[in-house]
Amino acid sequence: MRTKTVTFRHKWLPYALIAPQIVITLIFFIWPASQALYQSVLRQDAFGLKTEFVGMANFARLFADSDYINSFLTTISFSAMVAGFSMGIALIMAIMADRVIRRAMVYRTLLIWPYAVAPAVAGVLWWFLFNPTIGIAAYALDGLGYDWNHYRSGSDAMTLIVVASTWRQVSYNFLFFLAGLQAIPRSLTEAAAIDGAGPVKRFVTIQLPLLSPTVFFLIVVNVVYAFFETFGVVHATTSGGPGQATNILVYKVWRDAFEGLNLGSSAAQSVILMILVIALTAIQFRYIERKVEY
Amino acid sequence: MTRKTTFTAMAGALTLIGSAATAQTEIQFWHALGGALGEKVGEIAKDFNAAQDTYTVVPTYKGTYTENMTAAIAAFRAGEQPHIVQVFEVGTATMMAAEGAIKPVQGIMEQADIDWNNDAYLPAVKSYYSTTDGDLLSLPFNSSTPVMWYNRDLLDEAGVEDVPQTWDEMFAAADKLQENGHDCAFSFGWQSWVMIENYLAWHDQPIGTQQNGFAGLDTEFVFDESEDLTNLLQRIADSQADGTFEYGGRRGDSLPLFTTGECAMWMNSSAYYAGISEQADFEFGQAMLPINSDVAEEPQNSIIGGATLWVLEGHDEAEYQGVAEFFNYLSSPEVQADWHQSSGYVPITTAAYELSKEQGFYEENPGTDTAIKQLSLNEPTENSRGLRFGNYVQVRDVINEELEDLWAGNHTAEEALATAVERGNALLRDFEAANN
Repeated sequence: MRTKTVTFRHKWLPYALIAPQIVITLIFFIWPASQALYQSVLRQDAFGLKTEFVGMANFARLFADSDYINSFLTTISFSAMVAGFSMGIALIMAIMADRVIRRAMVYRTLLIWPYAVAPAVAGVLWWFLFNPTIGIAAYALDGLGYDWNHYRSGSDAMTLIVVASTWRQVSYNFLFFLAGLQAIPRSLTEAAAIDGAGPVKRFVTIQLPLLSPTVFFLIVVNVVYAFFETFGVVHATTSGGPGQATNILVYKVWRDAFEGLNLGSSAAQSVILMILVIALTAIQFRYIERKVEY
Repeated sequence: MTRKTTFTAMAGALTLIGSAATAQTEIQFWHALGGALGEKVGEIAKDFNAAQDTYTVVPTYKGTYTENMTAAIAAFRAGEQPHIVQVFEVGTATMMAAEGAIKPVQGIMEQADIDWNNDAYLPAVKSYYSTTDGDLLSLPFNSSTPVMWYNRDLLDEAGVEDVPQTWDEMFAAADKLQENGHDCAFSFGWQSWVMIENYLAWHDQPIGTQQNGFAGLDTEFVFDESEDLTNLLQRIADSQADGTFEYGGRRGDSLPLFTTGECAMWMNSSAYYAGISEQADFEFGQAMLPINSDVAEEPQNSIIGGATLWVLEGHDEAEYQGVAEFFNYLSSPEVQADWHQSSGYVPITTAAYELSKEQGFYEENPGTDTAIKQLSLNEPTENSRGLRFGNYVQVRDVINEELEDLWAGNHTAEEALATAVERGNALLRDFEAANN
């Protein structure tokens, strides 16, 4: 690989050009992150009147707390379901949309629409549909003999937030899969077809391997989405309940800080999430950039 | 600060050019009442501003109770705090532990140049927000208490003539309803407040040690020790099998269960009056909470929910005089009676209650005095005065979670209450450690 080098006439020019980005990063990322790091080793009352340095105690308590471990496990299964379903459904739709020749734009636009809906709004929409008393979906389920009540049943509540989160993310994944599929040269699939490979065979042996960079990219993006951006869905529908069935990590961070006013513990949880994101990003860069080849 | 400076500068400029304008002192008032209630608050402030020309009260809506409180705390940390902030009852312990951040109302009113007496407030309302010495910490503003809402049409159809007064009558009514083909007899909202805090106060039993937390931070929960509460909750959970009880979610999420006629009775705040009148197309009424006749003949008194106004430190003395005058205006019988009648909250002063009676409000709107009757049944005891636990917003979440495990059948009532107490106590110890 050839590296490109650009020579600037003035030494200060490159620094001046990246300065705005650096300033924004410092103000909106580095400063809040360092505040979180600082808060995570303190115990403080809500008003900040009494502060005590407690070292790693906030972290130690989190890992000794079965509720936190439980929240971790809930988040992992939730993320796996959201990433799995939203990518699976999007892939099927992308394959079908890829074959459509007429009115392709109409289908694509309709499939992309849900992405424009904010997570909290998506949550409220599904909440209305599944409200056990007035929801039309709950009414339909009742007709099928299933007594839907996400206020009482943890698995119903989990289903609700998975559906609401997945529904929105399918659009995003669809866009990437479709673009990926269209980038695959037609000659490859046509040649395989001439050799007698059916549609399934062609997909498994030609299209899927060639889509692998998109798949890996989307896995990372979807896991990050499920970990962080689904806060709105949970906040608008289940509030983490019933019991702690849908108390995912990012919701717990918010609740401990803004309802519980326990800044130390909340900051420690943020730091743990920060480490997770750093790890995910590192995997994305290393793995995708190196291993995946067209 | 900037706004105030600009304002003073503007006022100064006006005086210079010979205008008659005088520099009015601004009083910032952050509240959490949206919609019609928020408009009413704006009206009250406007009337106060019009009634005198020294102070201008500026009410600002800051979102939910939690958001409003968090906003005020964040503002305090940044040195930009409002004068007055509305805080819900479960935030009381957090506020009062913040010495140096808050100014007790008793002191402000006594130092101010006004005629004021804290005996004017209803005992059940006042005691919740007073120190053990009887000094008022924050000004009661909007208070309600849980009552039992009933669907008269459904009860009539099933031949239930008298609204159940005891839990046994409640289950008997449920049987009658089911004989008549109606499944759900009752549900409730705000379950920690209604089914634990108020149940215990109603039966004069403690929620925690140290006078429910009033006497010290070293308090511990004991609500799992009430055998009758445990048995009742278990009985309710078991009654889900035939559909007698239906759980409809936290806070007021279960309201549709009542307004659509799915459940015949619903226990929740008296402040749902406006909402129910708007949504229900059947005859409804409110009655006192049922009593568990196994343990008590007569109820003690119920405890309040709602919010009070706290005053924050860090402003000029003259401004606190304005706060005191505003509070005095807010507590006047006319303002209180109007607030009570339009909002469904209970009147906070005896005079406002008397005035509403004189005006014939309760005759025109039967049942609207259920809440205040429940609150003033008896002189509050240590068990029924209210509660003052730290981190209580989180504790309520814990109780919600554990009760939901009970309704889902994952735990028995005994296990659910024991776990709630254990987790709640851990939160109390956190609070104690952070505030010592």
